[in-house]
Amino acid sequence: MNNKSGLILRHTPGVRANHWFVAIVFILATLSGLAFFHPAFFFLSSLFGGGPWAKVLHPFIGVILLAAFFMLASKEWQYNRVTDADRQWQKQALDIMLMRPVKMPDIGRYNLGQKYLFRTLLLMIAVLFLTGIVIWQPYFAPRFSIGLVRLAVVAHGVAGFVTITAIIVHIYAAYWTRGAIRGMTRGTVTAAWAKHHYPGWYKEMSRGSK
Amino acid sequence: MVQQSLNIERRSATTTPSPGVRHSVEVAKLIDISKCIGCKACQAACMEWNDIRDEVGTCKGVYDNPPDLSAGSWTVMRFSEVEAENGKLEWLIRKDGCMHCADPGCLKACPAPGAIIQHTNGIVDFQQENCTGCGYCITGCPFNIPRLSPKDHKAYKCTLCSDRIGAGLEPACAKTCPTGAIMFGSKKEMIIHAEGRIADLKERGYQNAGLYNPEGVGGTHVMYVLQHADKPELYSGLVKDPQISPLVVFWKGIAKPLMSYGLGVAVLTGIMHYVTVGPNETEEDETEK
Repeated sequence: MNNKSGLILRHTPGVRANHWFVAIVFILATLSGLAFFHPAFFFLSSLFGGGPWAKVLHPFIGVILLAAFFMLASKEWQYNRVTDADRQWQKQALDIMLMRPVKMPDIGRYNLGQKYLFRTLLLMIAVLFLTGIVIWQPYFAPRFSIGLVRLAVVAHGVAGFVTITAIIVHIYAAYWTRGAIRGMTRGTVTAAWAKHHYPGWYKEMSRGSK
Repeated sequence: MVQQSLNIERRSATTTPSPGVRHSVEVAKLIDISKCIGCKACQAACMEWNDIRDEVGTCKGVYDNPPDLSAGSWTVMRFSEVEAENGKLEWLIRKDGCMHCADPGCLKACPAPGAIIQHTNGIVDFQQENCTGCGYCITGCPFNIPRLSPKDHKAYKCTLCSDRIGAGLEPACAKTCPTGAIMFGSKKEMIIHAEGRIADLKERGYQNAGLYNPEGVGGTHVMYVLQHADKPELYSGLVKDPQISPLVVFWKGIAKPLMSYGLGVAVLTGIMHYVTVGPNETEEDETEK
């Protein structure tokens, strides 16, 4: 899909819109959820109009996040099989992170780190949703046994931590890999960027355009 | 409700010390189940003093009425007919309500600063104006006491009449009890009084009579004199060895502080990586190679 300017389409407008919608909702869910995570973050509830409003909004934000994320996930699902190139990448991951000169294996559309991120988010958002239902006052929590609610509050906190940590890694990796963010904002990446980071995908794209 | 003049031992979701330089005597309510006749005057006095009116329910065919605690019923009498010893029928009536734990699980679980406070006199009190309605206090309580109001989505429970005690009065239920089954005073005095009652009960053949002041929650500021202290579960399922759930202890005491640091470390790691390794840039003429 090379065009004359040497740019390659990485993400379609639909995927971009979906991704940034998920990002906004995720940030809202994180800020309102952190308010209840530890007293050190309680001040964040002010962003939502105080403690009661943060408590009221957080679960609804969560449901919107689930819907938007799974819509995005259904589009990206197909690109997340682990390949031999990915296994090779894993062995070189530390070298890549420390920017030591390595020969990049034939990575497809996404590298293994991104695939792990995708899988982590998929699992964790499902866990957050299910445990969130169990602890959702006043609508659902009274229907569950107190033992299950206690388990769910712990699991919700841990899953929240894993998810937020994964997103911190995701944001940093996108910032660190110069040229990646434009793939998600403007949709296109340079051919050189594609060849450098995703040689397998680059070959596939250039074959398609010829 | 609020009694700002009382001194504060602990506040929920607060990591700095509470205003607690003044010391007050630990108080306690002693409920002598062997003296209770189940008249429910305490229930009526509680709703009278606190201006709470529960919805009128229906008769379930038993004396328990209302059948359970609610945001509008902070104390209920629980009736149980048991054969505790040698087929002898006994009618055990327990006045259920907040136990005012020295180590309150509700306060530990609460994420809203100052929504639950523990006074230096031992009273655990909900401050509804700070309550977010999340229901975490319910997960923290080993006695299944707090209730969310369907009307305002705030948690409510017995205040031990903190407003009356602040003004030098005894709790409404203790004031009204016609048999003297509910006593109020300093915790020390109440324990001494209970010892006399227990000795008396033992003389009358209740070999296992004893005081219910469970150590698992650091002792309570509502204590029971039980005829069968070896089997508290006979009294409508009074918990034998109440403890804050280990899940709640792990969640609030270990996991959340640790994970909060973890998030900070993740951000710091990213910044340190960037300033030491630098950005991962692509040479634009790379395709030509």
